[in-house]
Amino acid sequence: MIYLDSAATSLWHPKEAEERMIQALRGCGNAGRGAHDATLDAGRIVFETRMRLAELFHAESPERIAFTCNDTEALNTAIFGLFGPGDHVITTVCEHNSVLRPLYALEKQGLELSVIPADVSGRIDYDQMEAAVRKNTKAFVVTHASNLTGNITDLARVCEIAEHHSLLLIVDAAQTAGILPINVQKSGIDVLCFSGHKGLLGPQGTGGIYVRPELSIRPLKMGGSGIRSYEKEQPAAMPEHLEAGTLNVHGIAGLLGALEYLEKTGIEMIYKRERELMHLFLEEIQGIPGLTLYGTDDLQQRVPTAALNIGSCDSGYVSDWLYENYGIAVRSGVHCAPLMHEALGTREQGAVRFSFSHVLTEEEVRIAAQALREFAEEEMQQ
Amino acid sequence: MRQRKETWILTFAGTTQAMQMEQYARAHGLPGRMIPVPREITAGCGLSWKAAPEEGKEILAALQTAGLAYEAEYRVLL
Repeated sequence: MIYLDSAATSLWHPKEAEERMIQALRGCGNAGRGAHDATLDAGRIVFETRMRLAELFHAESPERIAFTCNDTEALNTAIFGLFGPGDHVITTVCEHNSVLRPLYALEKQGLELSVIPADVSGRIDYDQMEAAVRKNTKAFVVTHASNLTGNITDLARVCEIAEHHSLLLIVDAAQTAGILPINVQKSGIDVLCFSGHKGLLGPQGTGGIYVRPELSIRPLKMGGSGIRSYEKEQPAAMPEHLEAGTLNVHGIAGLLGALEYLEKTGIEMIYKRERELMHLFLEEIQGIPGLTLYGTDDLQQRVPTAALNIGSCDSGYVSDWLYENYGIAVRSGVHCAPLMHEALGTREQGAVRFSFSHVLTEEEVRIAAQALREFAEEEMQQ
Repeated sequence: MRQRKETWILTFAGTTQAMQMEQYARAHGLPGRMIPVPREITAGCGLSWKAAPEEGKEILAALQTAGLAYEAEYRVLL
């Protein structure tokens, strides 16, 4: 199999992640629930992972990072925990359903929602962002990069507007954590939601949320915290405030191993390689009959993802042909990004998404491009 | 009845603060270890650092140098 679906989840994990997970499976107790070595070992892993994530995202301190089971849980925590009826929130058509559905649910309860459009290349109209601000606007909720087109959001520009109007900036870093450098303090990010199993190369079931100091979010879950157990409310202190129940220590251990690998290798090096591979793919598919490529032409403004279609072919059919004939694993369909497809005019067709891991070889990328060409030439002749 | 002896206890505001201190203590060879907070004490975190009374001063000095936070120090019979 040639795996070109890293934007969904990383198939490849560093050996450090495997080793950490196996170690944790063999010896970790329940973190923060006692003082024997099994529980302390779990706590040590959780703490070290928190530290490394805080360093990676330039958070003020490790307490500001809480673990969740995925980015969706982090986004639900932020959206349900910060907004309510009467508030106005601004988001974009580039968002994943993990942002849109919680916002739609709140809209039914009286939240006012504005969705900023994008052009045919999927680029956000930033001028409309500022124009959409109202008296009761509370926040911008934006993706750092589209999971479909790969377009990177100009966070500096969004931050400028947010600061000018004293709005919260909530960023979905599903496609960028571990791929692009993120500095929450410099970028004025109030809440950063991220997944542990994509660019961070950790296991599934891991993710997290950064919350800037002085900002409090109503917790989505309440329960055991290991501290202040006689209080009726979830402890106000981070990270326990957002971490009710037993943590996924085995997964977090895997994430720790992955972070160790990322630090050793350097995320800039990884992104550079992934961009080279995407560039090679885009060169190799030039001139393919019926090809429509989505997203910005400026490759510096894209994460390593390429979404495309061949003529009017159903994207699911294309992806299945690629897999059946060449073992090429890509993602087709809507990618949980319904508004982005509407903006691109691909509501019915969907799109075929190729996403690139740094461990792919150039040969594999060429095979994928050649397979797509073969499919298109046969299909477009008919 | 088991004889109790005076013990130095350091408490923390939260688990992260406690784990940060423990990591530093282990790396720098500071005396003591984590124990559950004794019931005589009310603390934010359920973990506390136990050491001999004469070791408390050295530990606090090291934490101050490292800029590490803690909640309070106690002497209790354990």
